[in-house]
Amino acid sequence: MPANRFNGFTDYGIGLGLRSPHYDHILSKKPVCDWFEIISENFMIDGGRPLRILDQILEQYRVVQHGVSMYFGSADKLNREHLKRLKALVKRTKTPWLSDHLCWGSVDGRYTHDLLPMPYTFEAAKITAQKVREVRDFLEVPVAVENVSSYAEFHVSEMTEWEFLNEVVERADCGILLDVNNIYVSSQNHTFNPLDYVNSVPAERVAQIHIAGHSKYRKYILDTHDHPVIDPVWKLYERAIQRVGHTATLLEWDDSIPSFQEVHDEALKANKFLSSTLLAKAV
Amino acid sequence: MKLAAIQKQMVRAVMTPLGPGDHMQRRAPGGGDMRRYAAKFIKPNDRLTSFERLELYNRQYWWRVLAAMQEDFPGLRAVLGDQKFDAMSKAYLIDCPSMSFTLRNLGSKLESWLRKHPKWAGKRQRLALDIVRLEWADIEAFDLATEPALKPEDISVMAGGKLKLRLQPYIQLLDFQYPVDDLLLAVRDSDDGATFASNAFSERRKRRRVRSTSKLKPGEIFLAVHRLDESVYFRRLAREEFLILRALRAGKSLAQAIDIAFRGSKTPIAERAETVQKWFLHWATLGWFCKPAQKAASA
Repeated sequence: MPANRFNGFTDYGIGLGLRSPHYDHILSKKPVCDWFEIISENFMIDGGRPLRILDQILEQYRVVQHGVSMYFGSADKLNREHLKRLKALVKRTKTPWLSDHLCWGSVDGRYTHDLLPMPYTFEAAKITAQKVREVRDFLEVPVAVENVSSYAEFHVSEMTEWEFLNEVVERADCGILLDVNNIYVSSQNHTFNPLDYVNSVPAERVAQIHIAGHSKYRKYILDTHDHPVIDPVWKLYERAIQRVGHTATLLEWDDSIPSFQEVHDEALKANKFLSSTLLAKAV
Repeated sequence: MKLAAIQKQMVRAVMTPLGPGDHMQRRAPGGGDMRRYAAKFIKPNDRLTSFERLELYNRQYWWRVLAAMQEDFPGLRAVLGDQKFDAMSKAYLIDCPSMSFTLRNLGSKLESWLRKHPKWAGKRQRLALDIVRLEWADIEAFDLATEPALKPEDISVMAGGKLKLRLQPYIQLLDFQYPVDDLLLAVRDSDDGATFASNAFSERRKRRRVRSTSKLKPGEIFLAVHRLDESVYFRRLAREEFLILRALRAGKSLAQAIDIAFRGSKTPIAERAETVQKWFLHWATLGWFCKPAQKAASA
């Protein structure tokens, strides 16, 4: 499934999150990088340096947009101002697909700026899917929803997280940004087998994969994006790639950010798994 | 329980200010015990109670928004001191939680809120208000729109008493009772440490050193906060210079603006024309003027 309708029939390889500490290096050295993922909200502005940098990046690289505050799962209505600004950015970047999280984070217009976990109910799946459809129809670009790391579960949940994900994407007919690090983090926090999750995702809907590092504490794991990817997460990635094929893969590194080369080298470890799928295909 | 009800219940707890030691408060929103409140909708697991699981989100919310306040208002933090700044930020965020999809707008109401609640502005209220206005202007100037600039020759062609010039949207014009531009530049780290939105979970609040501001003396200044090559600069202005620009921003004609600016001015009449010409040349060179609205729209 390297190219499908959920990633705009692209065949992107390994990408990196575009982060400000790397701007100078990228613009001056122009390192080889298949594509960059931007956090949309950082560029949903009217002018100034961020947009100038983005335009310079767009001259050289392919860019995919990833959002952090659409809140598909919020019972609130969609924020029209947000959508308008996002659409302007979509036109600017020509992103082949766009992703945001399967979560909520606002109530009555008040924003927590966090990715809060969903109650896994049929009602929530229906509301969420409807909003995904509205966003996709307004933006006119394929949408993929990303599974989040979570630290709490609700009594009212009627299904597992992966069943909820499947319910939403089937109802919305949208793609999945499969974050295998988030699956691992949640599996440790909620005591489930992460392979059950990876094995049950509808492979044909996976538009993109995220990998990242996290921080382990005595009683829980936090999704901090400030470490290299650990082996159990690579194993989940390997299994995901076996199921979905050669898929656009992005390493997230958001805190204690090392040099561009270090981050890129970490991301390129994914090649080991991606190339094996290409070999298998060739055979 | 319906989705909307769960989300309201959770967000009330998440936005409840942290208690001592950055722990979640024991008292639930609306009264009662927070442990019982959390247990009603959050499942415990074999390692964490419902309260402890909810507390992770409660902490994360406050650490994130307080870090954003520190990021955006280091000057106010220097004026108030760490503890008072944190207390002020909590009080502000309780009254004015984020209503925007971006944390960029978190401090948009801080000046008006401080005016209504002067007890949070510390002993030097005027200074606190001045620095907040400058810091918000800095945020606005950073990413507001730029429109095609008029060149000096464009302006001379258009010249005339009834000429109305439009200032670039990003330019912020402010008058202060304290030289807060010097203060803010002194406070800022050389490494700005700017944080961008991400979906990472931050476990720590970042602290920043602040410097003493007790020696800052009052002194009226006029300032343009503007951009050059996409970097934000503070440019001191003469009083009359400021008044002309402010009048132009308000939609006055060039002749009206000059008239307003020099009312009661000590600048000798003979020097005024030459002075204004120099200012205009400088403003135009910096690209501060853009085409009138209707022409810009069709350009």
